[in-house]
Amino acid sequence: MASPNVVIHTIDLTKRYGTLVAVDRLNLTISAGEIVGLIGTNGAGKSALLKMLTTLLPPSSGSAFVGGYDLVKEPSKVRAHIGYVPQLISSDGNLTGYENLLMSARLYLVPRQAREPRIAAALERMQLTGARDRLVQHYSGGMIRRLEIAQAMLNEPTVLFLDEPTVGLDPVARHGIWTHMRELRDRVGMTILLATHQMNEAEALCDWIGVMHGGILKATGTPEALKSSLGADATLDDVFAKITGAESEFDGSLRNVQQARDSARTHA
Amino acid sequence: MLRVHSIFKVTDYLTQILAVADAEVCKLRRDPSELLTRAFQPVIWLLLFGEVMTNVRGLNTNSIPYLDFLAPGVLAQSVLFSAIFYGISVIWERDLGVLHRQLVSPAPRSALVLGKAISAGVRGVSQAIIVYALAMLLGIQLSFTPLNILAVTALIWAGSALFSTFSLIIACLVKTRERFMGIGQVLTMPIFFASNAIYPIEIMPNWLQIISLGNPLTYEVDGIRALMLKDGVSKFGLIQDFSVLLIVAGLCVAVAAKLYPRLGE
Repeated sequence: MASPNVVIHTIDLTKRYGTLVAVDRLNLTISAGEIVGLIGTNGAGKSALLKMLTTLLPPSSGSAFVGGYDLVKEPSKVRAHIGYVPQLISSDGNLTGYENLLMSARLYLVPRQAREPRIAAALERMQLTGARDRLVQHYSGGMIRRLEIAQAMLNEPTVLFLDEPTVGLDPVARHGIWTHMRELRDRVGMTILLATHQMNEAEALCDWIGVMHGGILKATGTPEALKSSLGADATLDDVFAKITGAESEFDGSLRNVQQARDSARTHA
Repeated sequence: MLRVHSIFKVTDYLTQILAVADAEVCKLRRDPSELLTRAFQPVIWLLLFGEVMTNVRGLNTNSIPYLDFLAPGVLAQSVLFSAIFYGISVIWERDLGVLHRQLVSPAPRSALVLGKAISAGVRGVSQAIIVYALAMLLGIQLSFTPLNILAVTALIWAGSALFSTFSLIIACLVKTRERFMGIGQVLTMPIFFASNAIYPIEIMPNWLQIISLGNPLTYEVDGIRALMLKDGVSKFGLIQDFSVLLIVAGLCVAVAAKLYPRLGE
C-alpha cells in the first residue's frame, strides 16, 4: 500500500488496442505537491496514460490509485478529486467564460452558496475577471488555457492533469501559464502531472520528469540528474534523443497532426 | 437521516442535469438562427404538401380536413428531425474537446445524457410554437385548453428526449461525423414514413402497419393529434401514447448513459 503522501500510484498499468500496446506495465508513484512532467514522442503513451488516470479510458490490466481511490472500482470518487485540462480545447467557445465556469461548478457540485465566490476567485487568480462575460471564441489562446485551468480548479482538486497545456501558445502566453502553475503548487500545494513535448517546459516547471517511449516509462529523474547522467554539457534534448534513439523522428498519427494544427490555429 | 441523504442525492443529480441543459439553452438563446432555419421545414410541409394533398381527397382521415390531420404529424416530424441529429453535435463536441470536460466530472453519465435530452426538448417546444402559429394562420381548428397545451408540451419533450438519446446511442457507436450523417439520413426517413404522420395507418400494407405499430413516432403523432386538434381523437389512447414514449425514452437514456463514455476514449 502506498504511503498517505502518495497522490498517484500505478501498478503495472497497461493499455492495449488490439495488438498495439499504448501503455506497457507502467509503475509510477507521485507524491503530494510535486509537479511531474511526462515527455515522449507522439504515440509514446503520454495521452493514453493521462486518459486512464482521469478515468476517460479503461485500463486493459494493472491497477492505479488517484487521491487514494481505485481508478477502476471508484471512478466517480477519482473524478471528484481531480482536475483535467485535455490536449484539445475543452472550454465551450459558444459560452462566456463565466458560463463555462458555472457549468463546471454545477457538474462538480460546488455548493450553491460557494459557486459565485469560487468562480470570482478563479477568474481573479487566472486574470480573467475583465473577460468573464465575453464569449470564449473571442479569447486568445493563453486566455482559453487559463480559463480551462480555472475550470479544472473549481472543485479544489487533489491533483491536476494537463495534456500539452501550452501547445500552440506564443512564448509570452506560455510563460504566463507556467507562472500560474508554479503558483498553484506554491500557494495551494497542488500536485500536477503534465504531458509535454517541450523540453524547456519540462525543465522550467517539473520537480522530476518521466521519459516515455513505446508505452514504457524509460527513465525518471530530476532534470539535472537526467542531464548529468549524459555529461556536463548535456541538455534534456540530448537525454530525450538518447532514450528514444533513432526512432525519435516524428511518428505521430494523422489525428495528432490535426489536433496540433487545430489547436495552433485556434490559438493563433 | 437516509431520507435527507436521498433528497440531497436527487438535488445533486438535478443540478448536474441542469448544468448541461442550461449551457445548451444559453447557446440556443444567443444564436436562435438554427430555430428559424428549422422553421422552414414545417412551413414547406404544411403550405406546399398539405395544400396540394388537401385537394386529392383520396385519404380517409375520419372526417378531419387533411391539413388538420397533417399539422400534428408535421409538428412531430419537426421534433424528430431536430432531435435525430443531436448525436452529430455531441461528436462535434468530442472532436473539439468540450465533451471531455464533462466526462471527467463526477456527474453520472445518465445526468449528462438527460441534460442533452432536456435541451432537445427546448428545441422541440420552440418548433411547436412555430407550427401552432402556422396552423392558426391556415385556419386549422386547434385546441387551446391549458391541459391540452401542457400535455402536448409533455409529449414533445418525451419525443425529443427519445429521439435525441437514440441519436446519442448512434453517435457512441459510429463515433465519426461522416458515418453519423449517413446513418442519420438512413434512419430518419423510415421512422417518418413508417408512421401515421402524413397518412393514416389503415391505408398502409399489412407489413408496414406492423412496423408502424412498433414505431414510437406513431404514438407521439397519435397523442399530439388528439390533444392539438379541437376535435382530436386518439387511436391508441393517451395512456398508451405516453407510456410507449416514456418507456422507450427511458430505455434510450439508460443505453446512451452506458455507451456515453466511449466518446471520451
